[in-house]
Amino acid sequence: MPDYETFEHDVLVIGAGGAGLRAAIEASVAGVRVGLVCKSLLGKAHTVMAEGGIAAALANVDERDNWKVHFADTMRGGQYVNQWRMAELHAKEAPDRVRELEAWGAVFDRTKDGRILQRHFGGHKYPRLAHVGDRTGLEMIRTLQDHGVHQGIDVYMEHTILSLLKDGDRVVGAFGYERERGRFKIFRAKAVVLATGGIGRAYKITSNSWEYTGDGHALAYEAGAELIDMEFIQFHPTGMVWPPSVMGILVTEGVRGEGGILTNKEGKRFMFESIPENYRHQTADNEEEGWRYCQGHKDARRPPELLTRDHVSRCIVRETREGRGSPHGGVFLDISWIKSKIPNATEHIKRKLPSMYHQFKQLADIDITEQPMEVGPTTHYIMGGVRVDSDTQMSRMPGLFAAGECAAGINGANRLGGNSLSDLLVFGKRAGEFAAKFAKQNSLGEIHNSQIESAAREALAPFDQGDGENPYQIQMDLQELMQNNVGIVRTESEMQYALDQLQQLKQRANHAGITGNREYNPGWHTMIDLRNLLTVSEAITRGALERRESRGAQFREDYPEKDDRFSKVNTIISKADDGSMRIRLEPLPRMPDYLKEVVEENR
Amino acid sequence: MNVQFRIWRGDANGGTFRDYTTECSEGMVVLDAVHAIQRTQAPDLACRWNCKAGKCGSCSAEVNGMPKLMCMTRMSDLPLEKPVTIEPMKAFPVIKDLVTDVSWNFRLKKKIKPFKPRPPDAPDRTWRMQQEDIDRVQEFRKCIECFLCQDVCHVLRDHGMYEKFIGPRFLIHVAALEMHPLDTEDRIEELRSAQGIGYCNITKCCTKVCPESIEITDNGIIPLKERVVDKFYDPLGWFWRCLKKKSED
Repeated sequence: MPDYETFEHDVLVIGAGGAGLRAAIEASVAGVRVGLVCKSLLGKAHTVMAEGGIAAALANVDERDNWKVHFADTMRGGQYVNQWRMAELHAKEAPDRVRELEAWGAVFDRTKDGRILQRHFGGHKYPRLAHVGDRTGLEMIRTLQDHGVHQGIDVYMEHTILSLLKDGDRVVGAFGYERERGRFKIFRAKAVVLATGGIGRAYKITSNSWEYTGDGHALAYEAGAELIDMEFIQFHPTGMVWPPSVMGILVTEGVRGEGGILTNKEGKRFMFESIPENYRHQTADNEEEGWRYCQGHKDARRPPELLTRDHVSRCIVRETREGRGSPHGGVFLDISWIKSKIPNATEHIKRKLPSMYHQFKQLADIDITEQPMEVGPTTHYIMGGVRVDSDTQMSRMPGLFAAGECAAGINGANRLGGNSLSDLLVFGKRAGEFAAKFAKQNSLGEIHNSQIESAAREALAPFDQGDGENPYQIQMDLQELMQNNVGIVRTESEMQYALDQLQQLKQRANHAGITGNREYNPGWHTMIDLRNLLTVSEAITRGALERRESRGAQFREDYPEKDDRFSKVNTIISKADDGSMRIRLEPLPRMPDYLKEVVEENR
Repeated sequence: MNVQFRIWRGDANGGTFRDYTTECSEGMVVLDAVHAIQRTQAPDLACRWNCKAGKCGSCSAEVNGMPKLMCMTRMSDLPLEKPVTIEPMKAFPVIKDLVTDVSWNFRLKKKIKPFKPRPPDAPDRTWRMQQEDIDRVQEFRKCIECFLCQDVCHVLRDHGMYEKFIGPRFLIHVAALEMHPLDTEDRIEELRSAQGIGYCNITKCCTKVCPESIEITDNGIIPLKERVVDKFYDPLGWFWRCLKKKSED
C-alpha cells in the first residue's frame, strides 16, 4: 500500500452542512465511530446561507396545518414527480426535527404565547417556516455544530475527497487530500454518507459558494450509483443583479413573505397577470387580499409573489425579455411600500430582515426600507441527485448513503422554499441512523491499491503540465456555456451545442496545468472541482434533453407544455461499462391510495 | 480603473509583500480583486472564502491594517491613490498567504460546557419563551465566527495569552449560553479561572471590528464580568451564601 496516512471509522460522512452534521450526530448517538470530512472549516458550509426558515407543520401559527397539508404542498410544488415516500416521511418528521434543534439550543423567533414562530413562504398553504430573522441557516448549522462537537466525532476540516473506494460493489471508504499540506489520506469506513450539497458553480450566476461543485454527485456516479432528476435545477427568482460583483447573491423569499412585492419598470405588479391554473383558487386576485395574507388573516389567499420559485423566475425572465425590466436587467422587489400599511415599518423591516438590510446597504448602497431592490433569477439549488432508498437513504451501492441536496427525490420538479432545511434534518438523521446500522452489520472492506494509485495519479497530473491552460479559464467558460445554453429557458439545439462543447471542455481540462506546490493551492483545487463540474453538467444537459416537456423548474421552449408521457417517470443517469454516460426513463413508484386521498383532499 | 495591491505571500517560514495590479469596476469588494488576481496572475494565491455575502465568516484578513471581511469591504471605501495592502490575520499562525491556522478556536469551543436545557415546559416536550427574553441571546448568536474579534484583541494579539484567555468570540459564546432562558448550566467559575475573563480590560476593539455589529463588550462581556464579581468578589453575597449553605447542611 502506498504510504498515505490512513484513518478508520465505522461511518464516514462527507460534507458538514446541515445534512452531514445531522447524519454524523445520529450515527454517533448510535454508538459507532464517526469521521466527518468538511471541504471548508467547520460551520462554514453552504447551509449558513439559508435565510428564510425550516418548513415544518408545527401548526403554531395556524392550527389548520398538519403533515398532510405539508405533504400535498410539497407534491404540488414538485409537479408530482417527487418520490412520494420521501415527501411523506419529510412532512411527518420535520416537526420533531425542529423541536429537537430547540432542545439543542437553537433560539427561534417566538409567537406571542412563547412558541416557535412560523412565517409564510412560497407554495406553503399556511405559515410554516420556523425561523430566526433571515439567518435561519446560520442558527441551524451553529446549533448542530455546537451540539456535534461534544459527540466525539472526528472532524477533518479543509479536506477534499477525490474518489470513493470500492471492494467489489461495496463502498468501503474514500481517498482524499488535506488542503493545508496537500497530502493524500485514506479513509476506511464500513459505511459512507455523502452530504456534499449542490452544483451551483456550474453556472455563471449563482447564489452558491465555491464549494458547490457537485462533488457528491460525481463521486457517486463514478462509483456506480445512479443520479435522477438532474434536469431540475432551481433558479431562485430573487438574486441581486447589481453591482456586477454581487450578481447572484441571494435575496431571501422572506422579503416576499413579509409583504414584499415584485414590479416592473412601469410600476406594475406583473405577478397578478399569470397565475397557473392549479394555483388559481389558492391565490389572491387583488392586492389588498395579498397584503392581508401576509398580515396573517386566515381568510385571505397568498399574493402571487409567493407562487412557486420556478414560476416566479419565469415571469421575471418574461418581463426582462419583453423590455419591462429594471435598469440592470432585473425587476424591482419592494418591501419599503409597507410603510403605507403599518406604523414603524422601518424598524419592522430591520428586525425581520436584518441580513437583507445590511447586504443591500453595504454592497449596493441601497436602503431597503426606503428604496426597492433590483433582483433577477440566480442558480440556487438542484432537485436532482443521487438516487436513494426513501427510508434508509442508501444508494444502489451497498454502504453508500446520500442525504440533503446531493440526494434526490423529495422535491420532484421544483422545491418549495424552506423544504431544504427540513430535508437536511429529516434525511440527514435517517442517513446517519441507517449508515450506523449498516456499519454494525458489516466489517471493514478491503482497500485496493490500484484504485488509490490511479486517483493519486489523476489528481497530480496537472502539476506535470505546468504550461497547460489555466483551470480558472476553463471553469469560467463552462459556467458561461451552462448559463447560456442549459439555463432557465431551454431548447434542443442549444443543449446539443452544450453537449458538444462539454466534450471539448473535457479535453481542455485534461491538458490544463497548474503552478506552485501542493500546499493550500487554489489552482489545484479548481482543477479538481472542474472535473466534478464537467460530470454534473453533462448529466444536467442529458436529463434536460431527455425530458421533452416543461415541468417545474425545467422549461423547454420547444416543448412548452406538460406532457403526460413524462408525468410518471424519472430520468435516471448511470455510468455505462464503456465509461460513457447513459440515460433512461423509469416509472415513478406508485403512490398508495391513502396518500392519493391526501393529495385530493388538499387540491 | 487600475488599482494596485500589496498582498502578503508566504508561509510559516516567512514571506513578503508582492505587488499586483488589477482592474476595479463599480461595486467591487476586496475579495473580488483577490479573485481576479488569483484567476489571472497568481493561481496559487491562498485565501479562504465561501458565501461572499458576509454570512460565513471565512474571508477574514487585514486590509490596510484593519481586520475585515474581504467580501464586505467595498473598494470604493478605500483610498485607491496608494496600494491597498492585504495581509493575513496577525493573531494566528500563518499557513499560507492569507490563510491562517485558526484551529485553536475550534479546540477551545469543545472545552466550553454545552447547552443544558431545563425540562420541557409543555406536555408535548416543547418550551415557552418570550421574544423579549431572547433578543439578547439572538444578538450573540448572530456571530459568524470570523474571529476578527480574536484577531484584534490585544490580550491574544500582543500578549499571546492563548492558554489563559478565551477571547471575545468565546466570551460571547459563553454569554449566549449563560443568558439562554432555558439553560441550567453554571459556567461562572470557569469564566473566572480557565477562561480568564479578568484579562479583558474592555478596550472595545472587538466590538469595533465585529461585522455583525454585536455589542460584544457592553452587552456580553461586561454583564459576564458582573456575574463573576457577584459570585466571587461580593463580600455580602459571599457571606449570604455561607449562611445559606450552613442552614442547608
